[in-house]
Amino acid sequence: MNKMLDDDQIFNISPGRHVDLDHHCQNGGYSALAKALAQGPETSLKEILDAGLRGRGGAAFPTAEKIKMLRANTEKLRYIICNADEGEPGTFKDRFIMTHIPFQLLEGITIAAFMAGASEGYIYVRHEYPEAQKILHESIEEAERRGFLGDNILGSGFSLSLKLFSGAGSYLCGEETALISSIEGKKGRPRLKPPYPTQAGLWQKPTLINNVETLANIPKIIEKSASWYRSFGTPDSPGTKLISLSGDVQNRGLFEVPFGMTFAQIINEYGGGAKTGKAIKAVNIGGASGVLIPPEMLFTPLEYLACAKTGITIGSGAIFVLDDTRSILSNVQNRLRFFLHESCGKCTPCREGLRQANLILDRLLAGEAVRQDVSTLERYTRAIQEASFCGLGQAAGNSLRSSLAYYRDEYLASCRDNKPSFIEEETA
Amino acid sequence: MTAIKEVVNWFGKKEALLLQVILAVQDADPQNHLSEEAVNEISREMNISRSRVYSTASFYSEISLKPRGIHIIRICTNAPCENANKASILAAIKQELGIKIGQTTADGLFSLESVNCLGACYMSPAIKIDDAVYGDLTPEAAVAIIRDLRKEYQDEQNA
Ligand code: SF4
Ligand code: FES
Repeated sequence: MNKMLDDDQIFNISPGRHVDLDHHCQNGGYSALAKALAQGPETSLKEILDAGLRGRGGAAFPTAEKIKMLRANTEKLRYIICNADEGEPGTFKDRFIMTHIPFQLLEGITIAAFMAGASEGYIYVRHEYPEAQKILHESIEEAERRGFLGDNILGSGFSLSLKLFSGAGSYLCGEETALISSIEGKKGRPRLKPPYPTQAGLWQKPTLINNVETLANIPKIIEKSASWYRSFGTPDSPGTKLISLSGDVQNRGLFEVPFGMTFAQIINEYGGGAKTGKAIKAVNIGGASGVLIPPEMLFTPLEYLACAKTGITIGSGAIFVLDDTRSILSNVQNRLRFFLHESCGKCTPCREGLRQANLILDRLLAGEAVRQDVSTLERYTRAIQEASFCGLGQAAGNSLRSSLAYYRDEYLASCRDNKPSFIEEETA
Repeated sequence: MTAIKEVVNWFGKKEALLLQVILAVQDADPQNHLSEEAVNEISREMNISRSRVYSTASFYSEISLKPRGIHIIRICTNAPCENANKASILAAIKQELGIKIGQTTADGLFSLESVNCLGACYMSPAIKIDDAVYGDLTPEAAVAIIRDLRKEYQDEQNA
């Protein structure tokens, strides 16, 4: 699956290869934990800071900064949560990390907890991933038996009690405050920030929440140094990104891609380009909550700064390719329906805005809409993006906004009053 | 209802573990759901109100308050699967089972549900039956899997 697989990468995920604890240790696994415990939290944190690691869940927040916030807190009891609620449609990277290299993840969680001073933690895995849950559950028990987790880890005096927590089918729980509320036994609804989880998280205690991929980067940085890590990627975005590639390409799959490659290179070199005889019409980047971009924009590099400038959302690293046989409008509607289903209904712009937008798409697809509807849709999109309470509503507008910007012609062409027959009727 | 007691004892009485208790109780139920009795029992055992249990249970789409079939077929509805001809898979399954999404077959063997991305988009169209994910499906392959499960069940009944 990863054609550029070699042992010098950060993730060595190959299909059908599950790295058990013995193999993990043979490949240098848990030497990072031993090193971190020996050199202390400050030195280890400095390495993460120098490496420039950023959150891979979507927000791209500097990981070391987050950990520092916890360290600055005087509260003794602190939690760590690994967000494994991978629900962004089109994304499968965390699933592969959990099922193929579970100990690299567990080691990362343990080092992060040590740096943050957290003694209790949860891995929140979505219910739709029973295989990942089973593997992690067994891996946690094995790591405990071998002294890599639990009390007095490797004789250092540091302890971490880690439990697996299952989600129950809610996309919204991927949002950190909703996830916390879900662990607390409540509905998984987001709450206003601040306070941030680093200040008042799980049961009001300081809590470090990081995505699976982010945490799984940590052991390699500690083991091999920040400068080694920076030999991948660009100064702005060091390291690599796991890319979930799907849709109309020759090879779909999971690829570890160094930052700085352009989206066009990723699609061609890893994905083998469009299907034979077809051309790429649009590419969706960042899953359902991401944007749809035209082929001209694929020359943008996969890099946080460059993407932010052009309005591309790297998000979870999902890339979904649509060829010239696909309808932009049906794709946008698929996403809208998804968000409508997942909206918690707490605020009006998201709940009602999405419903109204969906009705307009119904009309457009049925050939019953008029040009006026397209401008109304643009207005709704702004309202949904600007006035929604949480990230779900804000993100829901991304595919609307980008498709209206780059494929406005396709919207207009679907309008009844743009069709020759209508114009004839009108003038008759 | 010893199953519930066991589960509740195993997780402890911490209110925080409510969701895990609900899931475990549902898993232990032959009809894959959270019955009214179960809600009452959880509420008693964990000492939290029934309305709290209902409020949490009803929020999550993987928890069902209605009885479901022995096998739950979940069909992914997101864009990568939809573009890979999910519609034809869904049509074949519906025809084979004679039910729509959200329904259970009269013999109580299968329920049909939709689900969000299974993390199997590299082999879309994908469906999940119980804990197993099936990818790169054709309508014929989907029907064959269902028939195998039905046969397995009938063989068990006859054994
Ligand atoms: S934006 Fe949507 S999901 Fe978020 S709080 Fe509002 S209604 Fe709920
Ligand atoms: S979209 Fe169906 S498995 Fe991801």
